[in-house]
Amino acid sequence: MQSRASLFGGLALLIAAAVAAPLLPEWVVSLSTIAFANALVVLGLVVLWRVGLVSFGQALYYCVGAYVVALTGRWIGFTDAIALVLLGGIIAGLVAAGIGFLLARYREIFFAMLSLALSMILYGVLVKTESLGSTDGFSIATPTFLGYAPHGKALGLTLYWLTLAVDAIAALLVGLYFRSVAGALAAPIRDNEIRVEFLGVSVSGIIHTKVVIAGILGGLGGALAAMSIGHVDPAMAYWTTSGGFVFVTVLAGSGYVAAAFIGSLVFEAVRSFAVDVMPQLWQMTLGSVLLLTILFLPEGLGSLVSRFRRRPAVKL
Amino acid sequence: MNADAKPILEVRDLEKTFGSLVAARDITVSVPAQQTVGVIGANGAGKTTFINMITGHLTPSKGSIRFEDQDITGKPSREITRLGISRSFQVAQIFPTLTVFENMCIAAAIARRKSGMFGSIATPVQSEAATAEAETAIALFQIGRYRDVTANALPQGVRKLLDIGMAVTGSPRLLLLDEPTSGISIEEKFDLMNVVMSALKTRAITVLFVEHDMEIVAQFADRVLAFYDGTVIADGTAHQTLDNPRVQELISGVRLKPAGTHA
Repeated sequence: MQSRASLFGGLALLIAAAVAAPLLPEWVVSLSTIAFANALVVLGLVVLWRVGLVSFGQALYYCVGAYVVALTGRWIGFTDAIALVLLGGIIAGLVAAGIGFLLARYREIFFAMLSLALSMILYGVLVKTESLGSTDGFSIATPTFLGYAPHGKALGLTLYWLTLAVDAIAALLVGLYFRSVAGALAAPIRDNEIRVEFLGVSVSGIIHTKVVIAGILGGLGGALAAMSIGHVDPAMAYWTTSGGFVFVTVLAGSGYVAAAFIGSLVFEAVRSFAVDVMPQLWQMTLGSVLLLTILFLPEGLGSLVSRFRRRPAVKL
Repeated sequence: MNADAKPILEVRDLEKTFGSLVAARDITVSVPAQQTVGVIGANGAGKTTFINMITGHLTPSKGSIRFEDQDITGKPSREITRLGISRSFQVAQIFPTLTVFENMCIAAAIARRKSGMFGSIATPVQSEAATAEAETAIALFQIGRYRDVTANALPQGVRKLLDIGMAVTGSPRLLLLDEPTSGISIEEKFDLMNVVMSALKTRAITVLFVEHDMEIVAQFADRVLAFYDGTVIADGTAHQTLDNPRVQELISGVRLKPAGTHA
């Protein structure tokens, strides 16, 4: 019952978000596109967060997804957005699958620091690569959609709708994953790895899968964000980018899939508002928001729903 | 002992060395199905090493272990669990932030997951079969009144029952209990063992349990293995083993007194 209610709720939000877009100013649409693209990365962090792992290097996959889009356009002139997004997700997933063999052995701060270090390696390589514009990065070709090549406002709207569609599919699949044995094992693994092993499950195998899922989501998010921004640069792999995703994860909480999307939207809105109102002090505003969240909503914005429903946010 | 029953577990010439330290040696034991075997011995006698080798936690240096006609020597513990050998722990291994029911559900769901690399992703955690098994196990181990209590708030005895109950949801044929009554008060020990043993009898599970309390061993074991210095020094019915003079001298701490003298 609960899952059906959240499915309809999510669908209603999705339709509202899709229908409202043409009526909104262009900057709101582009801000929402970035927010909803970044939300995919946050959703990946939520998958890890549930098992008690924090990645301070999720920007690695974000950057990989973005550069896959940019380089495919640059080297072979392929610009179909849908295929590129999928490709970004797949390549980032493959990178995660490789790195996972190493990462799945570590926990807590070691996991966090190792993931941070790996993302900084990519940053370092990109900064040194002059053919890819070093720190300046380079612009990416205007995306097309199955032969349809919009410009201006139409392009922004189409990208926004594509992002919403990818988000919806990702949210649905991650929701299903959370209801599977592997997804539900998050709290048990956090609680007691020995018991899980002796029930016959490989803990590192489960964590490896979670790293890959988070990697795919990071790649999808990076690919969509890159097309929306129209430009890629090494800062997409920089640790502050990763930190931003962790920030949103704390803000959103790990109780609900939808919280990642709402949290990401709230974050982008607060940041834009803060930059606009207090250009010198916007980081302070963001910091205060995070502090208040941790103090009053330690389980994130999502816990508002469970508080309202008087039900624990995280079930099994 | 019905020696002609087909053995479920056959251990031959088992040895485990850590460098120059011999933790276990020359262990040859055959356990028929549905027998309840007590394992006694002082600390460091090799009991836990023995259990750890059967469950795949340690790889034997020598010898072989067969379970239901399959060689399981040196197999990883996960695979051994899937073949039908489960274990409980000296310190109850449960999920402290989940309720008793949730603990049982997750254990039952894991046991019912599809096989293959992505079996645990392809199986939903909530299924009628898993929920039913969780409820059955809770009833079987008589912890129904704690059903919705978070595990970290449970009394020690209930934790032990939950730990063993979780092991049982996987429908093992052989269950190894490492000191099921450790940390339990003397008054509660017998009640606990009564619940555990009748539950395991209901499921026709062969049991090997490590125990320090000789009264518990005498009451609940069909057969007792006495370990000393890494090997089995006595093997027989509870009475035969516990009355063995070497066992009394080396393990139970009761020295045989020469006839006619009184303490």
